Amino acid sequence: MSVLPAAVQSFSPGAEPVRKGRIRINDVVKIYGADDTGILAVDHCTFEVPPGEITVVVGPSGCGKTTLLNAIAGFHSISSGSIYLDDQMLCGPGKLKAQPGPDRIVVFQNGALFPWKTNIENVTFGPIMQGAMSSAEAYDKARDMMADAGLRDVEHNYPGEISSGVRRRVEIVRALMNNPKILLLDEPYRALDSLTKSVMHEALLEIFYKNRVSIFFITHDLEEAIFLGHRVVIMTTRPCRPKKILDIDIPHPRDYSVLTAKRFREFMDETVAAVHEEAIKAFAAGEKER
Amino acid sequence: MAAAGRAVSSKVASFILGDDFWRGVVSIAAFLVFWEIGSRSQAWFGFAFPWVSQVPAPTAVLQEMFKLVQEPSFWNSALLSTVRVFEGFFAAMAIGIPLGLAMAVSRTFYGITFPVFEVLRPIPPLAWVPASIIFWPTQELSIAFVTFLGAFFTIVINVIGGAQAIDVRYFQAARSMGSSTWDIFRRIILPGTLPSIVVGATVGVGITWAVVVAAEMISGGGSAGSMGGAAGGGLGFFIWNSYVGGSYTQIVAGMISIGIAGYISSAALRKIGQWMTPWLSEN
Repeated sequence: MSVLPAAVQSFSPGAEPVRKGRIRINDVVKIYGADDTGILAVDHCTFEVPPGEITVVVGPSGCGKTTLLNAIAGFHSISSGSIYLDDQMLCGPGKLKAQPGPDRIVVFQNGALFPWKTNIENVTFGPIMQGAMSSAEAYDKARDMMADAGLRDVEHNYPGEISSGVRRRVEIVRALMNNPKILLLDEPYRALDSLTKSVMHEALLEIFYKNRVSIFFITHDLEEAIFLGHRVVIMTTRPCRPKKILDIDIPHPRDYSVLTAKRFREFMDETVAAVHEEAIKAFAAGEKER
Repeated sequence: MAAAGRAVSSKVASFILGDDFWRGVVSIAAFLVFWEIGSRSQAWFGFAFPWVSQVPAPTAVLQEMFKLVQEPSFWNSALLSTVRVFEGFFAAMAIGIPLGLAMAVSRTFYGITFPVFEVLRPIPPLAWVPASIIFWPTQELSIAFVTFLGAFFTIVINVIGGAQAIDVRYFQAARSMGSSTWDIFRRIILPGTLPSIVVGATVGVGITWAVVVAAEMISGGGSAGSMGGAAGGGLGFFIWNSYVGGSYTQIVAGMISIGIAGYISSAALRKIGQWMTPWLSEN
């Protein structure tokens, strides 16, 4: 659980990183229920997740962020519009539901490690399922990656035996084992206390610097968003649509000293009003529904 | 190993020294003393304590059991009942688990089978005894069938509930990581349902003991002679026979034997269950 270990130092911003996993969300609409009477969850939403960067989507709870994530992952269909991964259409006209695949792996809000498999069995699950590696290769790679992430001691534990912060790290390693183009993180640190959260943030950045995988990160925590993101997309409350898109020019690699930096505060000042406005709308809408 | 041994012995020691243990000892001792005094009240005090005086005293039962365990015919009865319990139980597992899984996995199959299942489920297994005797060619099969019913419905209900309660995230994660439908069945649904299967089996085997004894009393007890000696045996028949013969100590001894047998069966299944679901054990 080191603070900024070797991996970060070895990351050189000058080198051209592997750029993969650009997501383009074009005019996506999602209506739950019938077209005319259903609930509009996503309203003509358009934005881009640049390859090899962290894009954080911020919005009030229940605004429809997860709906977008489910559409990218292929768990749910969209009503219209299209979503592309690089040049491949995931979903769009004629194919409203994407096919789930190892190029887009979700790390779930409450975690989805299989409780009946040990951590290392979880981590090797993807490559073995896909036939991408032999069992021996998968275990070798899993041991390496888990050791890198400081998880050597919990290889043979069951997920139920370790803390939720460690579980989340195991799950991210499990995701990376699939060699995905993009990681989809759905409020992964929501249930963690703020101290654990700060450790997890740095660990996530560390993993990101090593792997340079695109990350689509959902949260309602603005500070988390600006700290992690290259790009922050602030969503309106339901129906969800980008209200403001910011490119955070604080240089990577970042560590926790960024939180007190002047530029960080400026971004906070610039966005906190917008987020607060949507939170009030969401709150009012919630009141009305009841 | 030594450390583990010490941990176990210190656990045992702290249990024996704990309040709960001594409360248990006092409770059981008081119960036995009350029972002993109550059942001998006529002889000792000259008045019959209501109800308890009809029951043979624990010391008499103990003596009877001591005699019984030396008799091969008692063990033969116990063995017969055990065989029937496990025939019915394993048949219930063998049919109930696949059926429950199929009902949980296929909405169509569920729609077709569940209503029939739900109509049959509330019928007590003992209500099946007469029909079962008519339907099955041998008495042995009819007893095993009734025993089967005792465990079957519990197992199926548990399997369906367990499989349906598996979190959708596990399916989504498995699907994303490239699992085929068969992989998902084998690696998600089966292990995800296993804890419920264990619960169903543990409860189910207890029910089979309750059912087998009654089935033996009803079908085996009265007709042992006419149907041929062996078919009439079993602990249920043993109790019934003791009643007919007026040996009340044997009745109680038989009852206690069934309690012990049921306890051992459930404990064994619980152990096997823990072994099969290592992720559920603590530490």
